[in-house]
Amino acid sequence: MTASLAQSSPAVKTGSRAWRRFCRHRLALFGIAAIVLLVLASVVGPSLIPFDSLKIDIRHRFAPPPFEGHLFGTDQLGRDLLVRLLMAGRISLSIGFAAMIVSTAFGTLIGVAAGYYGGAVRVALMRFVDAMLCFPQIFLLLVLAAFIQPNVVTLTLVIAASSWMEVARVVEGQVRSLRERDFILAAEMLGASGRYVMFRELLPNAIGPIIVAATLTVARAILLEAYVSFLGYGIQPPMASWGNMLNNAQQYLGSAPWLAIFPGLMITLAVSSFNFVGDGLRDALDARFDLN
Amino acid sequence: MANFLFGRLLQSLVLLLIVSVIGFAVLHLAPGGPLAQFALVPGLSKEDLARMAHEMGLDRPLPVQYWEWLTRLLGGDWGHSYRDNRPVLDVIAGRLPATLELMGAAILISVLVGAWIGVMGAIRRYSTFDMLATIGAMVALSIPTFWFGLIVIYVFSVHLGWLPPGNRTTVGGDGSFLDYLHHLIAPAAVLALVEVAIWSRYMRASMLDVVNQDFIRTARAKGLPERTVLWHHALRNALLPMIALAGVEIPTLLGGALVAETVFTWPGMGRLLLDSLGYRDYPVVMGILMFSAVLALLGNLLADIFAAVADPRIRMA
Amino acid sequence: MQGTLSPARVAMPAARTAAEAVLNVRDLSVTFATEKGPLVAVREVSFDLRAGETLALVGESGSGKSVTSLAIMRLTPSAPRVKLGGSVQFTDGKGRTRDLLTLEADAMRGIRGNEISMIFQEPMTSLNPVHRIGDQIAEAITFHEKTGTRAALERAAQLLDQVGIPDARRRLSAYPHQLSGGMRQRVMIAMALACNPRVLIADEPTTALDVTVQAQILELLKELQSATGMAVIFVTHNLGVVAEVADRVMVMYAGAIVERGDVVPVMTRPLMPYTQGLLHSVPRLDPEALGREPLEAIPGNVPDPLRQPPGCAFAPRCRHVEPACEAAMPALEEADGGRQVRCRRWRAIDEAQR
Repeated sequence: MTASLAQSSPAVKTGSRAWRRFCRHRLALFGIAAIVLLVLASVVGPSLIPFDSLKIDIRHRFAPPPFEGHLFGTDQLGRDLLVRLLMAGRISLSIGFAAMIVSTAFGTLIGVAAGYYGGAVRVALMRFVDAMLCFPQIFLLLVLAAFIQPNVVTLTLVIAASSWMEVARVVEGQVRSLRERDFILAAEMLGASGRYVMFRELLPNAIGPIIVAATLTVARAILLEAYVSFLGYGIQPPMASWGNMLNNAQQYLGSAPWLAIFPGLMITLAVSSFNFVGDGLRDALDARFDLN
Repeated sequence: MANFLFGRLLQSLVLLLIVSVIGFAVLHLAPGGPLAQFALVPGLSKEDLARMAHEMGLDRPLPVQYWEWLTRLLGGDWGHSYRDNRPVLDVIAGRLPATLELMGAAILISVLVGAWIGVMGAIRRYSTFDMLATIGAMVALSIPTFWFGLIVIYVFSVHLGWLPPGNRTTVGGDGSFLDYLHHLIAPAAVLALVEVAIWSRYMRASMLDVVNQDFIRTARAKGLPERTVLWHHALRNALLPMIALAGVEIPTLLGGALVAETVFTWPGMGRLLLDSLGYRDYPVVMGILMFSAVLALLGNLLADIFAAVADPRIRMA
Repeated sequence: MQGTLSPARVAMPAARTAAEAVLNVRDLSVTFATEKGPLVAVREVSFDLRAGETLALVGESGSGKSVTSLAIMRLTPSAPRVKLGGSVQFTDGKGRTRDLLTLEADAMRGIRGNEISMIFQEPMTSLNPVHRIGDQIAEAITFHEKTGTRAALERAAQLLDQVGIPDARRRLSAYPHQLSGGMRQRVMIAMALACNPRVLIADEPTTALDVTVQAQILELLKELQSATGMAVIFVTHNLGVVAEVADRVMVMYAGAIVERGDVVPVMTRPLMPYTQGLLHSVPRLDPEALGREPLEAIPGNVPDPLRQPPGCAFAPRCRHVEPACEAAMPALEEADGGRQVRCRRWRAIDEAQR
């Protein structure tokens, strides 16, 4: 039964066509390239640059770019800006990915449960989602972040806790509409258990929207990390994150604008890349697109 | 219509209840719970703290505590600020006008500019303008608001000297309306950036949806000029879902306001939240959190009612 | 609803031959530019429409009948996505003849809704939900006849009355959702008639309605036509309706005319196998038909417009097909009685029917 049911699921065959459509989306390809580049640079880059991200060099403070090997200049303590940007990239990107995984998993769980069980379960869960969405995300995030000892793990959890709702909504809607479709009814009539139907039948067929929402969540999470760190409740110095580098840069805006410009560009590049990819995926995976 | 209103009101009340539960939970998530502030005060012994916990009713079952907290909340007693012992609602009310003013200006900008971009994009679909608007909106949604604010300050205040870098009025200035407006431009524009992007995307989608409908073909078949078809027949319909969007966007706008207020030292609610967090002034923090959620709920409700009134299909039902 | 033809209707065609032509369509082609290449939706359609007559345009969905009617109004999406070819000569009330396809957009707007009007298939969605129906009718009048709003609304009330809407004056301030489907189609008709058009194009006006309402709307259209003397192009896939309203009929398949002629001969003795198939697939209720001929569906589907066969487009579905049919597209040949048919084998088919 398992094999025949899996084959009859419509999720399987759309793959290659979706990939072709995705490739037509030049912005999305640009996004993928930029993400790969950013990740590679953050992982490998710091070991290729002859400066340490934490090494203070009082003699070369505020060196404007490019200055004697400091391609992007130095900051108020004479640290190399480029290597700090890349180290910050490690932190910001890791938090972005990790928060995406946690919030997508949680949101999916809530969404599938609400969509599958329907009735009172659905009402209770989805009203909870609605209520969470009443709070401005940054307010909620700041308040939660103020309660914790901020580090990469706790920040990830706090960001995930304030950004799983969109995924839950998307998944719930998807599952609810799939629930009535023939192959799900067939699976249930063949005696498949609730958990089997939820995770073997419903989830694979809702995977498109989940992937799209997850991609956009990475973008959102990177942005949120930047916000809390900028506001002083995120990653703490001397460890660098794109957000807290900007916090520092604010005081030197008039004299050393490059300290503000580069981290902001990095955030914008990373976030818009994920948004481009998410948008391309939405076009590629949207079933309605097939009809046109 | 009456049924719709009643249902919508009931829904809001249920949401309000859930919102309050979440708020209560957050309050108790704070390290040390509602007692956290005193834990930092030197000279208080464990026994003192326990006594205070008992006096505050913290040793009673959570549901009872929640009920008391909720009734106090509904009665308008939102607690007192740890900093100056003023009632929380007073503290918030003092900062609210600045925030509302900023939000109002930003909404005005985003609705006008965003809707215009969206409509033009839909009319000239796939044109260069449309492509640029689409990419621009996605980039605008990716720019951190605070960074954009810093850039605006750098360019327009530091370099060009056209706009003041912060505050609501010139310190020691004449307090004229123009001075006011002059200070409002930069933070409102920064706050509006994201909203312009959102509005233009939704407006474009809504307009495209409407333009392909049968009644637009009917209007064209009547021989009406394209101008009339678009602005009289299409736009009226395309704007209907946008009214609800205005309600949905309130939390985003409040969040953005916090950042804009921080960058531009604008004395609003967002800055108050940040300052209160710095002082561990939990009653005010909680107050703002709850207040913003209630504001969002109310805004949503109002937007839905306006949308219903504007749509004859619902108004007459 | 059924295709029973009264003697009175059979006699009619002779009377109308003298009437002037209001519309001369020559070699009208409509080509859509799609991602997969050009899609020819209408190929070299030619016909005349005379004042006071009703011409039925019949075919399955995708046959190009609706696109043809939209192209006459120039309501197809604009270039470069859509290319119109041929000419549509329209003679207006002042005796001026102009080609609608080359007319400037402004002048074309002066004709749309004024001299040529159109009603659509979906009365439920064809009216603007946020405007009062009175305003929607009046707006064409104020635009074309430059009258004031008050006079236009006055005329709108008369029109509503004329199309059989009770309590017309009060209905002016109604919104579309407050009316039933049949009522909305009456409003659409009132709107189309607002400026006394010379031509009314009705694109499946009854398809979305209940059978009883269908009959009322058809009756109304007939009455209004005899009162105003306008010409009607009636687009439909329903042959029962054709027998009811049309003087002449034009059958389209895959974008081309495959058979045309006066309604009685075409419907009683169709020469094109496709027309035959259409007629056989209409359910009949009259007792003599019951139990005699089984209801037949035409086997197969309309060909993919992007991959049209080189020969007769109907050949793959035709039971009279011979090798020559698939080699080249047959021409539209003159058959007896002023009919035209696009089929190499029409003589043999005619023979078999006698």
